[in-house]
Amino acid sequence: MTAAPARRPDRSTASWRLSDRLGLGLAWLLGLLFCAIAAAIVIYFLVEGIRYLRPNLLVTNPAAASSESQSGGFLDPLLGTLIVGAMAMAIAVPVGIGIAVWLSEFGRPTGLARVAESSIEMLAGEPSVVLALFGTILFTAPALGFLSQTTHGVVLGQSFFATAALLSLVGLPLVVASTREGLQAIPSHVREASYAVGKTKIATTRRVLLPAARPSVVTGTMLGLGRVISDTAIVLLLLGGTLTFSTANSTPVLGLLRGTGDTLTGYIYYNAPTGDGNQPSKAYAATFVLLLMVLALNLGVDFVLSRSRKAVTWR
Amino acid sequence: MDEDPFLERGNSISQDQRAELGLGALVFVVVALLLAMLVFVFHEAWPSFAHNGLGWFGGGGNVDNQIQAIFNSGEYKTAPVYTFHAWPLIWSTLLITIGAVAIAFVSALFIAVFMVEFAPPWLRRILEPVVRLLASVPSVIYGLAGVLVLVPFIGNHLIAQSEKASVTPTIQLSGSSLLAAVLILTVMIAPIMIAIFADGLRAVPRGWLEGSLALGINQWRTFWKVAVRTARPVLVAGTVLATARALGEAIMVSMVSGGVGFAPNPVDGLIFFFEPSQPLAATIIRNTEGLSSPPMKHTLYAIAAVLLFSSAMLSVIGWATKQPMRRYGMVP
Repeated sequence: MTAAPARRPDRSTASWRLSDRLGLGLAWLLGLLFCAIAAAIVIYFLVEGIRYLRPNLLVTNPAAASSESQSGGFLDPLLGTLIVGAMAMAIAVPVGIGIAVWLSEFGRPTGLARVAESSIEMLAGEPSVVLALFGTILFTAPALGFLSQTTHGVVLGQSFFATAALLSLVGLPLVVASTREGLQAIPSHVREASYAVGKTKIATTRRVLLPAARPSVVTGTMLGLGRVISDTAIVLLLLGGTLTFSTANSTPVLGLLRGTGDTLTGYIYYNAPTGDGNQPSKAYAATFVLLLMVLALNLGVDFVLSRSRKAVTWR
Repeated sequence: MDEDPFLERGNSISQDQRAELGLGALVFVVVALLLAMLVFVFHEAWPSFAHNGLGWFGGGGNVDNQIQAIFNSGEYKTAPVYTFHAWPLIWSTLLITIGAVAIAFVSALFIAVFMVEFAPPWLRRILEPVVRLLASVPSVIYGLAGVLVLVPFIGNHLIAQSEKASVTPTIQLSGSSLLAAVLILTVMIAPIMIAIFADGLRAVPRGWLEGSLALGINQWRTFWKVAVRTARPVLVAGTVLATARALGEAIMVSMVSGGVGFAPNPVDGLIFFFEPSQPLAATIIRNTEGLSSPPMKHTLYAIAAVLLFSSAMLSVIGWATKQPMRRYGMVP
């Protein structure tokens, strides 16, 4: 038996100076206020959401109508969010892992590594409206016209492809940062052990390092996905904001992806009092669904983090 | 394992080199894409800057009318108009960003200190996920909360009828205001700051704090003078990143700030906080249909170029200020 962990004998603040005690009081106050604000936001939207969410909203499509009974639900925006999230992460995750592996395991020439590191950092701080405008230039270029619709030789530049491509840039920095952190947390003797049994660097990365860093990759993916489905500016500019899917042609999948649509964020923006739809009850219902998705992703991150903390550490 | 070790050794060099080249090429492509973004956006923005010169950043005239004239000139194919003086928009951006960052910095610092050092374990277990949650709530939801709850509250309870009447010919005090934008933006960026600050504070070696405690300095003073001071680079970096986020926030701000190209005037006294305005990023969102009109398009890209440049500068500053912590061997 060892002795009980040393505990500071006196935790009372009675002997502290007044300014210190005031500081501590302010810290408590702000900490609790912060929790209260978070609780207020979440509870408010959950309560309003339950009040306005009807099951049929989830299976009917939106329609432009002034009365709430005729404007339908948000099936297509909901599917749009799922499609856009899946497509964007399908680009961001492999590219992000590739960049993270290169930065952490190779990183030569050093100049390129420096530039890459700061570019990714810059990308993380870039406003999404700016990315959206960049996407507009990119996808209205005639060379990329096959990814959206063309009318009378003018490329529209709005499609699921365009949106997903730009949203993947939003998710990319989070995937890179998290994966890289995970790779760097693996001590070098693990790599050396792998090289010592004759594995190449890339085989080591694939068989040893990436599996060990899997919790970080998953965390980064979920954080990135959360950012991607919360984005509104790119959706407004590049997805067209047509409430329902409007396909480019009759080809089953490609026609849909080349066409325009909407996501939950775009739908909420449209139905907010400042938008063209202005039907707050629909906005509340859609917010409820979106908030549940964000909450689920957060719980997922917490779960992965707590499990990986409990996992065996490298010693 | 499953491969023949000699065979693997035989082509190991080429395999590794291939992987390195492939990944390097991927990184190069992504970096090139980002550089292309800078070039393309500035190229599209050039006509607007070229026509206005430095006057672009100055004041003069009603910016809403200027935007209308620019849009119409392209839409009706008349001679393109480019006259644009963005000062009211820039001023609004500065006020909202600086206001929110200032409030968020103070609160985030106290909350991060509390979370890392002083909160009882049960509260710490609540605070950490709450910070992550608030950081990930979509901005359109914050905007909705603002426009449905905060804006009507400010409009109905905080602004007196006489105050509304006093400014009626120029602007309307509906509650969409500087105050609403600053408050909501504070809630949006504080979690980002708290998360970064807390990481930095945790990275301070425990021994440094123990040393101070052993000298009989109380816990608050120790933490404030040793940990917070050591983490200063991280505080700067976190603030800079949050500033970049605040600067580029378009959706929420376009919903609650009022959408009028008006420059709030501090001389107006208390009404100043209730005055509507429209920052740069929100201007882009509110005029997206203007992309079809060439002069308007160039003007919007000019606004985007200003945002792109400022946030890129902020990122570089944030990245540079984090380096001293790395040098001490503390990676936040």
